[in-house]
Amino acid sequence: MVQALGHTTIRIVRDLGRVGWFLLYSLYMIVRQPGSFVHVLKQLRFIGTKSLFVIVLTAAFTGMVLGLQGYYTLTKFGSEGMLGTAVALSLIRELGPVLAALMVTGRAGSAITAEIGIMRITEQIDALETMALDPFKYLVTPKFIAAMISLPLLCAIFDVIGIYGGWLVGVKLLGVNPGAYFYEMEKSVVWRDVYSGFVKSFSFGLIIAWIGCYKGYYAGHGAEGVSKATTESVVLTSVIILVWDYFLTSVLL
Amino acid sequence: MITLRNVHKSFGSQKVLDGLDLDIPAGKITAIIGPSGEGKSVLLKHLIGLLQPDSGAVEVDGESIVDLRRTELNRIREKFGMLFQNVALFDSMTVFENVAFPLEEKTSLSKEEIRGRVLTALEDVGLKNIEHKFPDELSGGMKKRVGLARAVVLNPKIILFDEPTTGLDPIIKRAIHQLIKDTHAKFGFTAVIVSHEIPEIFDVAQNVAMLFRGKILQHGTPDEIIHSTDPAIRQFISGSLDGPIQMV
Repeated sequence: MVQALGHTTIRIVRDLGRVGWFLLYSLYMIVRQPGSFVHVLKQLRFIGTKSLFVIVLTAAFTGMVLGLQGYYTLTKFGSEGMLGTAVALSLIRELGPVLAALMVTGRAGSAITAEIGIMRITEQIDALETMALDPFKYLVTPKFIAAMISLPLLCAIFDVIGIYGGWLVGVKLLGVNPGAYFYEMEKSVVWRDVYSGFVKSFSFGLIIAWIGCYKGYYAGHGAEGVSKATTESVVLTSVIILVWDYFLTSVLL
Repeated sequence: MITLRNVHKSFGSQKVLDGLDLDIPAGKITAIIGPSGEGKSVLLKHLIGLLQPDSGAVEVDGESIVDLRRTELNRIREKFGMLFQNVALFDSMTVFENVAFPLEEKTSLSKEEIRGRVLTALEDVGLKNIEHKFPDELSGGMKKRVGLARAVVLNPKIILFDEPTTGLDPIIKRAIHQLIKDTHAKFGFTAVIVSHEIPEIFDVAQNVAMLFRGKILQHGTPDEIIHSTDPAIRQFISGSLDGPIQMV
């Protein structure tokens, strides 16, 4: 019993050390050897551009449902003119960064883990090492840079599309005054709201690349190992994003 | 010259290398033979620092490669090329890009020079007009050849071959063995081949070492190994079911 507890503790401490070292070494490599511009561009295309469709779709329906729910709640207080503010603040401060990050986790984070995991089990990472090349330079740092650039941009797109989704439902379907929708929004949304959303999505980008690459890099044996690593990557990234979001919100509020 | 002294390596409770000693002479082809699961690939990975021993010494040209910093280890790894058991070609790159990759990353050659070197390396291993193909479009034998081209393209001093002919038909096997002999004669590198191919490997290697129960049982010329009186070596060469080597 005591022995098992000791083994588990040692394993947890070792894993935490490894995941922490992975992040620090990745950040060090971003400064020292950020990888080629072409590699970063490829990753920008994969993580950013290819996530556009799912981001636009999610944002539109999130904005629309916020329009519906917001209208339903605000009419109870006779304040449906504040719908624009409610939709915009919910999206910019919270839902935009978090939902965009969760969608990218599902689409790109899982693929990052699977790609690096397959390279691990087919000895392609070992092949890089035998050529005296640092695998981080080719596989990890371009993904970190691309994710940290892509997420704030995707979040901005999410916010804009979501706001127009809310406008479509609130103004076009439910008859809220269009002037009030945008005027109230402009009056109440301040730079600090936008800034906090961008800070969040930047850090979420870092988390997606960090956990996605880490889980792939240390994937277990065979197809089952990669499949397990991919599942763990998505679950762990999503949980860390939500927990980190709470801490960031309490600091940035 | 590569030297291993009293090398121990375990994975969990499983002891794989148990006080192993081995000298691999420079400029020659050394084969490491032994039953499956005895740790031949593990031994090979120790030579290039992909695995670190639990204890013991591994030296390449007199320099220890145990517990080195990554930059120091990479300096020593520049002497090496390696052909992996599963070839380990980069599957998102074409054949040309795979062979060109070490040249692009480790040299300052122009694009034209790289193109020339890649095509020559591919021709040396008997491949033409496949440079635009992806690894999954190639047969097993072709992949091995591309892997060999990638391993020799930087003219390394030492090349490690991890079961280069496993899973290939007898004709391709012979072709790969001949290719190793020819490229060795041309470039004069130190070669270490992990192999099960008995008796063909005796025709390829100049030295043979038999690994069994974590130690080198005997190391000598192919003739010395063929005529060994050690019961495990005799059993392994004859393929007999009776003897000290037990099937798990």
